[in-house]
Order: sequence, then C-alpha cells, then structure tokens
Amino acid sequence: MSVENAPIAPTTPANPGPDAPVAIRVEDLHKSFRIPTQRVDSLKERAVHPFAKREYRELRALDGVSFEIRQGEFFGIVGRNGSGKSTLLKLLASIYRADAGRIQIAGRLAPFIELGVGFNQELTARENVVLNGVMMGLTPKEVRERQDAVIDFAELHDFADLKIKNFSSGMLVRLAFSVMLQADADVLLIDEVLAVGDAAFQQKCADAFHQMKAEGKTIVLVTHDMAAVEQYCHRAMLLADGEIQFLGTPAEAGHKYLKLNFDAGVGEAGLGGAESDGVKLLSCRLEDETGELAMTVDSREELRIKVEMELQCDAEALHVGFTFASADDLGIFEFGEMLTREAGLDLSAGKRVTLTATIENRFVAGRYFVHCGIHSPSGIALYVHKATTFVVFGGRDTRGVMSLDRQVVVEIEDAEDAR
Amino acid sequence: MSTDVQAAPAPPVAELREVQGPSALGGGWRRFYDLLMLISVTEFKRVYFGTVLGYLWSLIRPLMLFGVLLFVFTQVFRVGGKEVEHYPVMLLLGIVLYTFFQESTSNAVTSVVAQEGVVRKTQFPRLVIPLATVLTSIFNLLLNLVVVLVFVLAFGVSPTWTWFLFPLALAFLFVLAGAIAMALSALYVRFRDTAIIWTVVSQVLLYLTPILYPITIFKEDTTLRHLLMVNPLAVIFEQVRVWVLHEPQAPTAVEAAGGWLGLLPAAVIFFGVIVYGAWFFNREAPRIAEAL
Repeated sequence: MSVENAPIAPTTPANPGPDAPVAIRVEDLHKSFRIPTQRVDSLKERAVHPFAKREYRELRALDGVSFEIRQGEFFGIVGRNGSGKSTLLKLLASIYRADAGRIQIAGRLAPFIELGVGFNQELTARENVVLNGVMMGLTPKEVRERQDAVIDFAELHDFADLKIKNFSSGMLVRLAFSVMLQADADVLLIDEVLAVGDAAFQQKCADAFHQMKAEGKTIVLVTHDMAAVEQYCHRAMLLADGEIQFLGTPAEAGHKYLKLNFDAGVGEAGLGGAESDGVKLLSCRLEDETGELAMTVDSREELRIKVEMELQCDAEALHVGFTFASADDLGIFEFGEMLTREAGLDLSAGKRVTLTATIENRFVAGRYFVHCGIHSPSGIALYVHKATTFVVFGGRDTRGVMSLDRQVVVEIEDAEDAR
Repeated sequence: MSTDVQAAPAPPVAELREVQGPSALGGGWRRFYDLLMLISVTEFKRVYFGTVLGYLWSLIRPLMLFGVLLFVFTQVFRVGGKEVEHYPVMLLLGIVLYTFFQESTSNAVTSVVAQEGVVRKTQFPRLVIPLATVLTSIFNLLLNLVVVLVFVLAFGVSPTWTWFLFPLALAFLFVLAGAIAMALSALYVRFRDTAIIWTVVSQVLLYLTPILYPITIFKEDTTLRHLLMVNPLAVIFEQVRVWVLHEPQAPTAVEAAGGWLGLLPAAVIFFGVIVYGAWFFNREAPRIAEAL
C-alpha cells in the first residue's frame, strides 16, 4: 500500500449512515491502571513487610468514552501515543476489563492486535493455523476444512508441514495475515497491522481491507497513519488523554490529530530574552488570531509574528529584520521594517516596542525557523539566531519549502496534427 | 480490489450483546474445551512424536529415579522386607504418580507468564493455559502407567476388582493438581518467587507422602501416622497402594488416619485447595493481561 500517493478508493462503499444497525456501542467507558510506585513482586517481600504501605499512581487511560459504530462502517481511531486508543481496543477485544461503563458488540469479533500472536514456534504451519483458528472462535472442524485454503493464500503450500521456527519473517507475516482473514468475523479490530511487510504484502493488505469493506464488515482501525484513515475510513475518532477529542469525518480528524501532535511536539521556542548593547529582546513568537502563542500553523492560515523589545538607549532609527529559514537552515525569505523618529515613533531609552507582522503563508508543511535582527545607526546591534520556530501542517499536495500559485493548462491533440 | 460494491449483500443483522471482559473461562464452554484439548494434545504430540527419543526420555526419568531409590531403600536402608510384599512395585507406582504431580504443577507455575503474548494480545480464556499443562502431564502419566502395569504383573501382583477403583484415586489426584496449578500460575503473575518456593515445597511433599517408605514404618507412633495423613496426597497414595497392590499388611487410608474422623483434616485441605485455586484464579483472571 503506497500511502503517499494512493488514490482515494473510487469504489468506497457509502457510509452506512446513522440508520444502519449498531455494531458496537460503548457507553461511558472508564479504565485506569494502577502503577505501583515501588513494585513488590516477591512473596518474600510481602512476608517480610506484610503491612508495608503499597503506593500506587493512578493512570487514567480512558475517561468516560461513549460512541457508536454502525454495521458496515469502517471506523478509524487515532490519537497520540498514550492517548488511550490501544486500551480502548483491548477493552473491546476482552483483553482488559473496564472499570466502569458498558460495551456491546453485535456478532463475532476478531481482534488483530498483532500479527502472529499465539504462534507456537515448535509447531508446523498447519498446526498453527488450526490452533489460531480455534483461538479466534472457530470449531476445530471448521478450521480443518479451511486450513488448505489458508495455507494456499499464504503461498506456503510447500512448507505446510515445516515448523514455523524455520520460517523467514516474510513467510510468518504471510501466514499470520492469511490466518487472520480466515476468521470470518463480523467485527474486526485492527491495530497497526498495516505497518508490516514489504510493498507487495502491503498491497495484499490493502486489497484485503477493500474486500472486507466491500463485504460490509464492520472494521475498527487503530493507527497513526492519517493517509490510511482518510483512504479507508467512513468516520474517525480522535482520542486525547483518554477522552474523545473529535468524532467525525476522517479528514477533519486527521487535521486535528496533526495539530495536536505538533503542538505538543514543538515546545517553547528557544528564546530566553536576548540582550545586547542598547536593546533587550523580550519575546519573539508566533500568535494565532486570538493572540495566543501558536506553535503550529495550518497551511491555510496566515502567519502572525510578534516581537517585543525594550530600548535601553535613545535611537534615531531602528531596523527590525526577520529571516525565515527551512529546517536545514536555508534562508528562504527575509524582510525588515525601519522604525524612525521621523515617522513619529518615540525611540527613547526605557520604551517598550512591540512589532507585529502578518505574513501570507506560502510555506509547505514542515518546520521553519525565524532569525531576528535589530540594528540602529547609533550602534544598537542584536541578532538572535533561531529566535522562534513553528511548524506548518496540512496541504499535502505540495513539496519543497514554498507553495506558489500555479495555473496548469493541459492540451491533448493527435501527434499527427501537431506535426 | 473489489469493484462490485453495490452487489455485496448486506450482512445479517446480529444481536448486540454485552462484552464482559476477560475471564477464566471467557468465550463459552465449547471454545474453552476445544482450546484445552487442542493445546494439550498438540503439546503432547510435539514432545512425544517430535523427537525420536521423545517418549523414552519422559519414561527414563521416573525409571532412573526408581532404580536409584530401589537400590538405596532396599540395599542400604532395608525398608520393605516383610512389611511390604511388593516394595519395588509400590515404589515405582508411587514415583510415577508423584512425578506426574510434580511435573504438572511446576510446569503450570510459569505457564501463564510464558504465554504472555497470547494473554496480552488475544481474547483467550485464561484458565486454559494452566489446565492444558496439567492435561498434557495426564496424557504422559497414562502412557507411563502402561509401563507400570507391565511391572506390576511381572512382580506377581494379580489383578483384582479393586483395580477399578484406581481411576477414582487418579481423579482425586488430577483435581488436586489442577487446583494447585490454577493457584500457582495466577500467583506467579504477581510474585516471581512462587516458582522457587514451589520447587522446595513439592520436594518436601515427596517426603511427607508414603512413597519411599510404607506408612506402616511408624508402628508405634500412631500420632505421627495420623499427622502424615493430614496430607491429601498421603491419603490418595495410601489408598492406591491398597486398591492396586492389595497387600494384607497395608492399612487403608481410613485405618492409617485412625478412623474416618482422622481423614477430616485431609478432606478440608483438599477442598480448601480446590476452592482457593478456583477462587483466586477467577479473581485474578480479568487483570492478568495488565499485571504482566
């Protein structure tokens, strides 16, 4: 599955819509883990200190999550690491028990938290197929009927009676995936299994997913891969800190996910108040429309950069300049502003000067740095390298650093006529 | 890629049902039974047909022990003699049965933790794991008993109707092993020194059970005899000796314990272990995946 350029499947079955019967209903689900601050894992410890206070840290993995998934829906769950999405999946799969709340599922459920779980290295491929099939809830008879088909699908016919410890990793993955497909469940829970295997195998995965989708199975996909979410899912849910942040269209969920991701990933810009002869730079930062600090900017929104400085000596004129640099420190755009007393600005010692610039956002998604320089003929000189940084997200259709307006005209004529 | 999407039939509407979360039995009896049988049978097959000497090895272990102990106790300590008509057979039968008990329980201790992947990543009835190890050992024992039968007949023990009671004693032994396996495997998830402790305890139990010596070795000291019969294993093993070897000198478990009332402590321990094992495993089962 080539994620970057894969076209949106033209045959995507319509969203079953709110009238379809419910396949999964989750009501007010809570789950927290008790993490002992000091782990006691021996009976000896317990016997020696029977009354020692055992302290726990409460980790809230899920905090009141409710949603419904319709039959035939391809539902995506996205979120950053630790947002609770894997916990949710494990609760749905009956691997964990919820602290409070209700889960209802219609029909048979097959969880695929990891490919090839429960494979016994010492058994042959055939025996593993049977074992895994029974684990997924088929009867031994049903599995025996299907095992040849499973092995053929995995293209392992010649190795069916070989112990799987002798298999290559590629063969194992094929076997595991093929076993997974045999489950024939009504509801499938899939956690990141797309991310394994070579290109050919990923294509096979993609085909299998389209097939399942076409068959009207209910599929819940947990992933970091926004392209996959947008490609397959009818609806998507964004989890953050154990709560539902957003539930709706995959595109919007992906968008919010990226914003959430970069907001947390960027951190405060590396400016701790730079000072030089005659001027003190108090702050240099990007803001959103409401004046809040912004670390990430949507590619559709304009940039707003704000600089605050304090003058420590009188100046006749002051030049404030900015250099925008790409992640590999290539200067891509510079501009400056001359402040003068002639223009009526009081540039005396002790004055605080604030400058806000609004800039058209033509940056392609990625990280950028801003260098800031302040100069005056009277000797003020301050240059701050990487005064601030920001991340532009969204707008996947362009590469490089700048997104320029373009008009494309395509003409087609017969080669004969052109000559 | 499938293109005829519109033609795909709508799946039948299934009933919504409550998801209970993981449990000891999870997923219904049918699946529980299928998994239990499948796992123990494949494991048994793997060990005994996977290698040429597979089965022989598992037989050689108790036989070697038997040979050594037979030498030590008949030639060095001179146990047996008049008191026990068939001391070698008693010893062999006892060792084979006790080997089962020790093997099944000590294999079960680490079983749940060893199956970590299955427990943490799939929907799996947790109880299958320790019970499958016990069941594998049961298959093993049944095969070994065939060899024991040859010895029994060779040493001149003639079959009697009480042999039909032997399976009853076996059933008690299996249930006890199963209950201990449940308790230990769940305990090991929390406390990793369970394995070491159990190795010691099972070794001690070997000496607290009349296997190497007949219970009648304590002729005078009836208190000690009664005390030994507090151990449920002692009751089972003593009764096996009566039923299988039908020696006139061997006291029944009731006699050895000094009347039916003397069996009460053993019965309490026996049922206590079963109830505790089942209760503890059932209590721990939903949280095993998190504790690992």
